[in-house]
Amino acid sequence: MSDVSPDPRTPGSAIPDPGAARTAGMKTETVVVEVKDLTAGYLPGINIINSANLVAHKGELIGIIGPNGAGKSTLLKSIFGMVKVRGGDITVDGASVVGLKSDKLVQRGVGFVPQTNNVFPSLTIEENLQMGLYQRPKVYAERLDFVTGIFAELGKRLKQRAGSLSGGERQMVAMSRALMMDPSVLLLDEPSAGLSPVRQDDAFIRVSDINKAGVTTIMVEQNARRCLQICDRGYVLDQGRDAYEGTGRELLSDPKVIGLYLGSLGADGV
Amino acid sequence: MDWGQIFNNTAYWIFSPETIAYALAATGLAVQFGFGGLLNFGMAGFMALGAYGYAISILSFGWPWWVGILVGCAAAVVFAIILGIPTLRLRADYLAIVTIAAAEIVRLLLTTQLFDEWTNSADGLGGYHAGFRGANPFPKTGADGEPIIYGFGPWQWTADQLWVRVFGMLLLAIAIYLVWALMRSPWGRVLKGIREDEDAVRSLGKNVFSYKMQALMIGGVFGALGGVVFALPSAVVPATYTTSLTFFIWTILLLGGAATVFGPVVGSVIFWVIMGFIDNVLPLLAQSDIPIISLLSSQQAATLRFILVGVALMLIVIFRPQGIFGNKRELTFVK
Amino acid sequence: MSSNPPSNPPAGEPVVPEGAAAQPEPTPTGTVTTATGSIRRPKTSGLAKGDSVPGVAKNDPILVIDGVTRRFGGLTAVDVEHLEVPRNAITALIGPNGAGKTTLFNLLCGFDKPNTGTWSFDGKNLSGIPSFKVARMGQVRTFQLTKALSLLTVLENMKLGATGQKGEGLFRSIIPAIWRKQDNEIEDKAMDLLQRFKLDAKADDYAASLSGGQRKLLEMARALMSDPTLVMLDEPMAGVNPALTESLLDHILDLKDLGMTVLFVEHDMHMVRHIADWVVVMAEGKVVAEGPPETVMEDKAVIDAYLGSHQDVDLGVVTGRVAGELDASAEELLEEIKEAEEASIAEAEEENK
Repeated sequence: MSDVSPDPRTPGSAIPDPGAARTAGMKTETVVVEVKDLTAGYLPGINIINSANLVAHKGELIGIIGPNGAGKSTLLKSIFGMVKVRGGDITVDGASVVGLKSDKLVQRGVGFVPQTNNVFPSLTIEENLQMGLYQRPKVYAERLDFVTGIFAELGKRLKQRAGSLSGGERQMVAMSRALMMDPSVLLLDEPSAGLSPVRQDDAFIRVSDINKAGVTTIMVEQNARRCLQICDRGYVLDQGRDAYEGTGRELLSDPKVIGLYLGSLGADGV
Repeated sequence: MDWGQIFNNTAYWIFSPETIAYALAATGLAVQFGFGGLLNFGMAGFMALGAYGYAISILSFGWPWWVGILVGCAAAVVFAIILGIPTLRLRADYLAIVTIAAAEIVRLLLTTQLFDEWTNSADGLGGYHAGFRGANPFPKTGADGEPIIYGFGPWQWTADQLWVRVFGMLLLAIAIYLVWALMRSPWGRVLKGIREDEDAVRSLGKNVFSYKMQALMIGGVFGALGGVVFALPSAVVPATYTTSLTFFIWTILLLGGAATVFGPVVGSVIFWVIMGFIDNVLPLLAQSDIPIISLLSSQQAATLRFILVGVALMLIVIFRPQGIFGNKRELTFVK
Repeated sequence: MSSNPPSNPPAGEPVVPEGAAAQPEPTPTGTVTTATGSIRRPKTSGLAKGDSVPGVAKNDPILVIDGVTRRFGGLTAVDVEHLEVPRNAITALIGPNGAGKTTLFNLLCGFDKPNTGTWSFDGKNLSGIPSFKVARMGQVRTFQLTKALSLLTVLENMKLGATGQKGEGLFRSIIPAIWRKQDNEIEDKAMDLLQRFKLDAKADDYAASLSGGQRKLLEMARALMSDPTLVMLDEPMAGVNPALTESLLDHILDLKDLGMTVLFVEHDMHMVRHIADWVVVMAEGKVVAEGPPETVMEDKAVIDAYLGSHQDVDLGVVTGRVAGELDASAEELLEEIKEAEEASIAEAEEENK
């Protein structure tokens, strides 16, 4: 595993110290999430995931890309207990989580950020963040510091109603809410969806920052190029199974992947 | 148990004024909710306005009985407008909340001493029948001076009793005809569209608010007529027009089929027949040796039937919300 | 919703979708037959008076929009100074996510109220007019999530679309003699349209039994029942499987041939290129470009709005995961991000006061 290069943006890193217990950015071989031969679907008889496999080690940033309908979101939701598992196994920190409801997964340290309907519009930002931490309220101040360190804008707007925020701002709140619980693994469902190009790049950089602060992250994405540029390893999903796997850089330059899912990487920039 | 007597008492309800009155109110609710998708939980209020409008017009103002009926209908229209203007542009739930409250307000206004002069507050009004009975086309006494009994078997009535039933069924027939004619016309088509998706209908150039208000008014008028028919044979007492009455009408409507023309009538007949049956049988059972039921006093047994109505309503909503005649594919609230 | 940016042709290269045949040469009669055999119709040109800049006047505008803004809290969703939509042409309203296209669309159709501004349709002032009246004036719209009334039959859906129906009045509806004849005429017209859209076999089926694509066709056919002058389509291609696209495009082109004006919002750039005579590009609430499709697609402002001007930046380098130096483009990107963040903080501090 490569060391982390110093962040070229700021000489003294802007990433806050999350605490002594965590070594910022170090990736280990410990398996946090493992998906083995998974078959899952919503409606009886129709499987969206067909024998999918995935491994996430501690501290890694994993990207899941693929065309529409490949089952990326479904895979993520299966890990979070929102989709019926019909075969195979999912383990988190070594223990099987198949059949557990989502709240049990939260207790085990799995944080999930959905693509839409991801904030409580009638609550303020601060209240939304509190919702992320209601299981362990004592560490609130510490976690709030960590989160506002990454999302400075939120720190200034804690009293604002979440319903009045734009799509991109809600994404930030939703991600922060998941971070409040100090998750051992963070699941992100298309964090760049619905954002303007500059905001998308901003979102990707922040996801990278969060991961560097020590949070194992699995993200599903439509913007394949940006996703692969920042992730450690990626999976390309096709029709419910993982078709290609490799490091971010490998997949970025793999002609098969380019042909199928990235479009031409010429000046037109698709 | 005298089954002959029980049969007579039960069959009575097929042609009783109460049955007809409830059928009229349920028909009104069919227009409002079944076809229009409006959640009216204040039908008792409309019925009260019809009944009291009729009685007060005769007793306090000395107007003819048919003017009394028109006054009752007019009161219903005004009530519908008051309820509709603030709520019809909002979500359906708001109409539901407002109508429950409004109906209770009507009942309380009728009970309070404040208007005692017109309403006789909690004691209610009676003795307004002269005009109506005067218009009775059926001869009351025969050549021998004895009162004529019309009908046979369990359905034997005096001229006045017959007149109430005939008049009521006439109103009911007109109401049913109107519902049928309306719903197969372009107007009915627009209403069915609104029930499913207001925005779609708006985008086709229809004034959605106006249609909803019309449905509310029509249903309200039918409810008021139901109140009138209810008042015709006896008296009007405010305690009748409670929220329970509203939910009996709902039960009848859902039982028969919310968006059907004949569902309300059939539902009302079934409702009253069963209630009559239980009312006759249960107290007798309570006096017998059958376990559990014999623990009840006769009075409690009679009241038990109202609990059963509640249970029936729940079962219908859970297991067969389209009712007897309803078409599952057509209803928005049936998934 | 996919956030894939449209494929813009690098300057000078023809657009060739992967796997498709090269564009055929125009036939001597001037029409072009595409690979699928349908006749491509010529585009309308000469719509604007002058250069293609945002807000340019049109020779025959059907819709004129002035100073329309719509704010949601601190966010300005729409801020259009001046826009004219040409008559009897097909205009596309495009732009990246969050550009304000759907908000503007809803404002024009009367489904939302603007904070400021006026607009006129056929010379008549429309601001403040409720949506159902707008529809009666000849401006109809379809919805992104199809609103075919599934609990009515296909034929009933169609008949609902006709305006000026005598039978829709409360008292007149009770007497069939008053509206029967007109209803039959409406039914004939409906069956005619259904035949054109190949839905006539389904006339008596509940709309719920139609497939997604068929519902789109039904909604379009239904909108035509009122003989509108302006047809506004909200993402007509959304959720339509590719097999149906060609047919849907042909139907939209038919509308122009019948004398109607079409304004549609879309993300699908192939569709826009195929049938639009005029393209209006929005970004962050404003109109950033206008013009015929070919020129607009190559406008740098448009490409920037869609793709962001920093496609060459490698975020791996920016975030420090991959060794490398930050080049000028990357620095610019970081500047932009920082500016956006500071603007947002400043706004929040304003509101906090």
